[in-house]
Amino acid sequence: MKVKVLQNILDANEQMANRNRQMLDKEGVLAINIMSSPGAGKTSLILQTIARLKDRVRIAVIEGDIASTIDADRISGEGISVVQINTGGACHLDANMVSNALDSLSLEDIDLLLIENVGNLICPAEFKTGAHKRMMLLSIPEGDDKPYKYPLMFTQSEVIVINKIDFLPFLDFDFTAFHRAVTGLNPNVKIFQVSCKTGEGIEEWISWLESELRGY
Amino acid sequence: MHELSVTQGMLDIALEKAKEARASRITGINLVIGEMSSIVDDSVQFYFDFLSRDSIASGATLSFTRIPMQVRCRNCGLSFTPDKSLWSCPQCSEWDVEVIAGREFYIDSIEVE
Repeated sequence: MKVKVLQNILDANEQMANRNRQMLDKEGVLAINIMSSPGAGKTSLILQTIARLKDRVRIAVIEGDIASTIDADRISGEGISVVQINTGGACHLDANMVSNALDSLSLEDIDLLLIENVGNLICPAEFKTGAHKRMMLLSIPEGDDKPYKYPLMFTQSEVIVINKIDFLPFLDFDFTAFHRAVTGLNPNVKIFQVSCKTGEGIEEWISWLESELRGY
Repeated sequence: MHELSVTQGMLDIALEKAKEARASRITGINLVIGEMSSIVDDSVQFYFDFLSRDSIASGATLSFTRIPMQVRCRNCGLSFTPDKSLWSCPQCSEWDVEVIAGREFYIDSIEVE
């Protein structure tokens, strides 16, 4: 006998993500899910963001890594609340892991929660965490053809930050081709160009974050 | 690489639906997976065999229907399967497309006794 099901396999995760979102909304916390390849500069961008905003915005960070506390140690050195999630081999953060991390934060004392996902362009795009915005970080050395290879990531992200623009003189990264591919699929995406090394472009990213915090 | 957690979720849904239908055994699960989902069929089957071993779904056959990525041009309305490295519309050459298929990720039905 055939029984019709028609149910999304990721339903359980999406329900948990919705619960996370409700918890965040209740305490007025704006959460950003930061996704990228390993080494694109997620932690560097988080450190730059903390340096510019920590005097006027209460920030906390959830650090997702397969193993180690290297990134969490760098961030807690800045005097910021940080929760480390070691996924123990899992390639992404899911809503349940984020829910456990939220339980160990004092959400009423936080304005902005930065969730650093596991470095990976594939799996994090499939799993919602409950964050308000999904942000994808791409670094110049990775190349301008990535939207074609990882279309889900590029269509799921509301914000794309391109890091390491100080490498542009040495590499053939075609911004026109990149923009065309990304905005064709995802017309409302916000794109920023930054260098976490030189600080170029960081102010635009910070202004956007501040306007999101005001509008939230 | 996340087939383990996905397979667990899939098994949970199938077991719940079988219970609702008062079935004693699940013999098959029919899945619809879009090409944009990064799921490897063999890997799902491998985890499924392991996770379902002590359940009424043990030995069930998984069948995968793969849906190719399809987009629709926002300019002229043409639907097409994009080339792997080019997403411009073959009819009007615009680059403004929306994904209309390829994101599926659900259980269509289960076969039960």
